[in-house]
Amino acid sequence: MRVLLSVLGVGVLLVAVLGWALSAPNTIPESALVGLEGDAEAGRKVFLAGGCASCHMETGDDADPTVLAGGRSLQSDFGTFYSPNISPDPEHGIGGWTQAEFINASLRGVSPDGQHYYPAFPYPSYARADPQDFADLHAYIMTLPADPTESRPHDLGFPFTIRRGLGLWKQLYLRDDWVITGDLSEAEARGRYLAEALSHCGECHTPRNLIGGLDHDRWFEGAPNPSGRGRIPAIVGSGFTWTEFDISAYLESGLTPDFDVVGGSMAAVVDNLRQLDKADLDAIAAYVIRAGE
Amino acid sequence: MKFRAFFGAALLVATVSMPAIADDDPAIGQRQGQFKLFVHNFGALGSMVQGRIDYDADLAATAAQNLYHVSRHDQGRLWPEGTGSNNADGTRARPEIWENLDDFMQKFVDMQDAVEALQPVAGDGLDALRPVFGAVAGTCQACHETYREESS
Repeated sequence: MRVLLSVLGVGVLLVAVLGWALSAPNTIPESALVGLEGDAEAGRKVFLAGGCASCHMETGDDADPTVLAGGRSLQSDFGTFYSPNISPDPEHGIGGWTQAEFINASLRGVSPDGQHYYPAFPYPSYARADPQDFADLHAYIMTLPADPTESRPHDLGFPFTIRRGLGLWKQLYLRDDWVITGDLSEAEARGRYLAEALSHCGECHTPRNLIGGLDHDRWFEGAPNPSGRGRIPAIVGSGFTWTEFDISAYLESGLTPDFDVVGGSMAAVVDNLRQLDKADLDAIAAYVIRAGE
Repeated sequence: MKFRAFFGAALLVATVSMPAIADDDPAIGQRQGQFKLFVHNFGALGSMVQGRIDYDADLAATAAQNLYHVSRHDQGRLWPEGTGSNNADGTRARPEIWENLDDFMQKFVDMQDAVEALQPVAGDGLDALRPVFGAVAGTCQACHETYREESS
């Protein structure tokens, strides 16, 4: 009996040690990020492609998309997330962060003090991004107004309050390889970079499993709206008949091929993307068509 | 501000005579019919702006005129309370419409104004049409962003 208990005890301990080890935050070493020079003007395009303002801009009817005070809510099955202040305020924003800390927050979901972020922040998509783009983004955000609003804590249920557990989630779902692979044209590859990494289209257009991981086998097949009624539509499959021209025109104008006008959460996406070069919208369109083949 | 006057009356009628469940309220389909007529005309203009069809001054002027008239259709009995997505099927009208009626109506009036500006210039060529068409689209989007559910 005593032997059995000892074995059991050692087993439990091993699982605990393994779990602790597996759930540790992984970051990109500073040495891999030295020498990156952020270009604020280039960063503005990353800011638009990434849709940062959609979640992080201040609240209120006449919110200024360059005031990144946060406080916007995102409902989910796990509770309500509130976007944090990412304005350059040194105390309540990210003004005190180094470029490397910013890149690790965005590409690895790890805070400067080594905590995991919840994937309501779409770092599983940004993980595929070029660190240079986030160096540029960091430089751009530092040019925006500082706002002293304190970030509001998330309102989550147990056990989702244990951030360390996200380390295990990341083992399963944080990967920096592409979803759509194979021989891609230059436009399709650029579109993939935008759609899979910066613009994180899959975060809404792809269904999730019970623990919130994206189901890559059902990429872009549409999903329930996490924050209310209705669905985020499929953008692949037999029900989606748009052409490349249609998709690019929609991202530029907000008009569907039937001349319905964009609404809901996609409206802000279009407002951002229409400020990119038309070639980038064409590239996203080429990629979306490719993803459906 | 005709919209506002008739809206108040409609709500009063609605609260007196309508049960809470309004799944089969004909107003839902009727207001959707109105938006289909919007699209019928707005789409003709959009097809020209996007180069899907050649610009045709007569068609553009007619579509703009139709839009003007459709946008003037009195909204009084089209939005009875209880016909939002929270208590009726087959509608994407968010309940926030009835919580923020003033703002909803203002967005409708913004659309009416944009459509009014479209009418005199739609027949004057693509370059004249393009910006005012874009302004109309912007007023549609402003309302859809806040008051329409995601796809059903």
